[in-house]
Amino acid sequence: MAKTLDKVDVVTVGVGWTGGIVAAECAKEGLKVVGLERGERRGTQDYQRIHDEYRYAIRYDLMQDLSKETITFRNTRKEKALPMRQMGSFLLGEGLGGSGTHWNGWTFRFLPYDFEIRSMTEKKYGKDKIPDGFLLQDWGITYDEMEPYFDKFEKTAGISGETNPLGGKRSNDYPTPPMKKTPILQKFEKAAKDRGYHPYMMPSANLSETYENPDGQTIYACQYCGFCERFGCEYGAKSSPEITVIPAAEKTGNYEVRTNANVVEILKKGDKVTGVRYIDTATRQEYIQPADIVVLTSYVLNNAKLLMVSDIGEQYDPDTGRGTLGRNYCYQMNAGATGFFDDQMNTFMGAGALGMYMDDFNGDNFDHSKEDFLHGAGIWITQSGSRPIASNPVPPDVPLWGEEFKKASIHYYTRTLFVGGQGASLPFKENYLSLDPTYKDAYGLPLLQMTYNFTDQDRALHKFATERSAEIMKDMGAKEVVPENVLTDYDIVPYQTTHNTGGTTMGADPATSVVNNYLQHWDADNLFVVGAGNFAHNSGYNPTGTVGALAYRCAEGIIKYSKKGGSLV
Amino acid sequence: MSEKDKGLTRRDFLKTSGIATGTLIGGGVLGGLIGYNANKQPDTARKDQGTGKDRSSPKGLQFFKNYNDFEVLSQATERIFPKDDLGPGAIELGVPYFIDNQLAGSYGLNAREYMQGPFDIGEITQGYQTPMNRQEAFLLGIKTMDKEAQNRFKKGFANLEADQMDEILTDFQKGKVKMDGITSDFFFTLLRSATLEGAYADPIYGGNNNMDGWRMKNFPGHQAAYINVVDSDKFQKINPQSLASMDH
Repeated sequence: MAKTLDKVDVVTVGVGWTGGIVAAECAKEGLKVVGLERGERRGTQDYQRIHDEYRYAIRYDLMQDLSKETITFRNTRKEKALPMRQMGSFLLGEGLGGSGTHWNGWTFRFLPYDFEIRSMTEKKYGKDKIPDGFLLQDWGITYDEMEPYFDKFEKTAGISGETNPLGGKRSNDYPTPPMKKTPILQKFEKAAKDRGYHPYMMPSANLSETYENPDGQTIYACQYCGFCERFGCEYGAKSSPEITVIPAAEKTGNYEVRTNANVVEILKKGDKVTGVRYIDTATRQEYIQPADIVVLTSYVLNNAKLLMVSDIGEQYDPDTGRGTLGRNYCYQMNAGATGFFDDQMNTFMGAGALGMYMDDFNGDNFDHSKEDFLHGAGIWITQSGSRPIASNPVPPDVPLWGEEFKKASIHYYTRTLFVGGQGASLPFKENYLSLDPTYKDAYGLPLLQMTYNFTDQDRALHKFATERSAEIMKDMGAKEVVPENVLTDYDIVPYQTTHNTGGTTMGADPATSVVNNYLQHWDADNLFVVGAGNFAHNSGYNPTGTVGALAYRCAEGIIKYSKKGGSLV
Repeated sequence: MSEKDKGLTRRDFLKTSGIATGTLIGGGVLGGLIGYNANKQPDTARKDQGTGKDRSSPKGLQFFKNYNDFEVLSQATERIFPKDDLGPGAIELGVPYFIDNQLAGSYGLNAREYMQGPFDIGEITQGYQTPMNRQEAFLLGIKTMDKEAQNRFKKGFANLEADQMDEILTDFQKGKVKMDGITSDFFFTLLRSATLEGAYADPIYGGNNNMDGWRMKNFPGHQAAYINVVDSDKFQKINPQSLASMDH
């Protein structure tokens, strides 16, 4: 029997960056907020023994327990979806701070082109440039409208960076200067500049110096220890929700975080939501948390699943094209080239976002008239700290085990660099999220089902970005350059990226979006859904900068709604 | 898709080797195979792990029940990561004990992975769908290697010459050896990954004896900071340190 709790003003489902930002902003305004987090409470004190590649990077100690919940996957509608039994292609997070705990900290702003991709593409190249079946659409908001929220997120997180010469206009510089430009980064910079490109220091959430943010929270200077992605930071030097927005919210006295609280249903009555039902994962006691406003602030996949199991909104149907929930699911594709060098380099040192990036081939920063793809890829290098279990690079003619492998992998561990191309992913009518008819989670709910494959667009862009990466790598002085293999079918097994997007898209039209540009649900005006699920397509960047900005936009909408109610648009 | 396409792929290797191209030419050059006596600890096992304290707790089998299985495992890992002039191989590093100890816990039981049925064989892009956990997969793989050795050479796997072991391992890698429930290339991928994990994980897990895996590779292990040297042009040789050094 579910126990009904006292009503609060706002309940958020999930406490990572978006849940933390919404909580901090609303609590500062005097709203009573409860954050429900299905994982554990954790913070800097829990990361003192974090330099453990095996536990955290190989066995995924900070990630979701898949025995309780995973997704099912198939490449096409003709196949039967089967469970993702082990973590692979992407790493689902769990616990206070969410992925914001174990991210690398690359913190970009999407381009002006991203927010108006359909209109700008049609205007420049004509309507025929967009291939059949691609559900390209504007986001219902422009870059200029987003700019103050980007600025706000960068200030909260203290981002270290320098202005991107090919990015959108900025109202302010980054709050802290860029990280150290190491010899490895300098090789990339010189090669890119010699080709006439515009490399810049990657905007980083590993801070170049100690910084106090506008909420009064301190983030410390990065020590370049080489353990960021898949790890928490033992110094409090990687900007994360649990050292910034969560304590800022708690300081107000208006915020309560409840951990081990797994939300299983959004409760709806008429055209309003009334709260959520959740299960304490330790005791299995069920609770109902009534609230005036419900905000879905969990990961892309879980936000979509909760709407589906709660029957809110219309499920996308690829046969008819009707429905918006689960539509526009996108991923990313990773191009690039490996370079084998003669000289030893300090590849084991670094930081997650210690790197350089260039946008000469991203967005519409170059002419696409003769290309058989739209958008593009950010070309990058990082020195994020190679670790010995995961990094055993050998040239193609070397076997993968035995004496020759041992010698070569040890030799090249400190003599191998990678230049990558992070490629945009555009929505295709056959790629979508829905509920699985067969497999269930630990609480009896259906698993989310993912139907996804790379498109011809992805394959063409991958080839293009791999060629550009290989040219730079050659100029950097590699004695052997090995380009990435040709892109074939999407495979759920090898790790690629945790940049899943779409499924709960934002937009100006309820026929093609789930939420409006305040991230307010079209079908229930006291329900907000925020995260990378709002992206109508995925760009050639990491998502978190744009997710953080959307969370500030969402918080502004919630505060407005709490005062006057109704639709915000 | 045939069953034998299901296991080891180049992409599986990509995850651990960092590169996705090339083909296996052979099991590697002969040599480096040391006589292994399961009752005798390598001397390095007793050395301290950078703490300045005596750490003499013995290693022992927590999962395997008989030494033949453990010897087969040990010799196979040594062929994957052999002793050579750079330094110790898998056996001296304690890799077989690392794998045994890992199999006894959540890794061996796939405790944090989705193991609910139904189990269908799908496409290779959907990932492996076996109901077998790693304990079962390792036991079956080891027994199949031993059986294969008897069939081909009339000897147990652990008593084969190095090139004979390599021949069998290569056939496992290529998915050519018949197994029930899993494919031989799937097992080989597991075995190879676990071997590298044992060679390079922090010594607190029972492998990487004396941090010699890290020493060979010039990986300094747990270090507080590189802020003062990260922009140096010179390669930095740093004495490695285990997480055990934090224990008081």
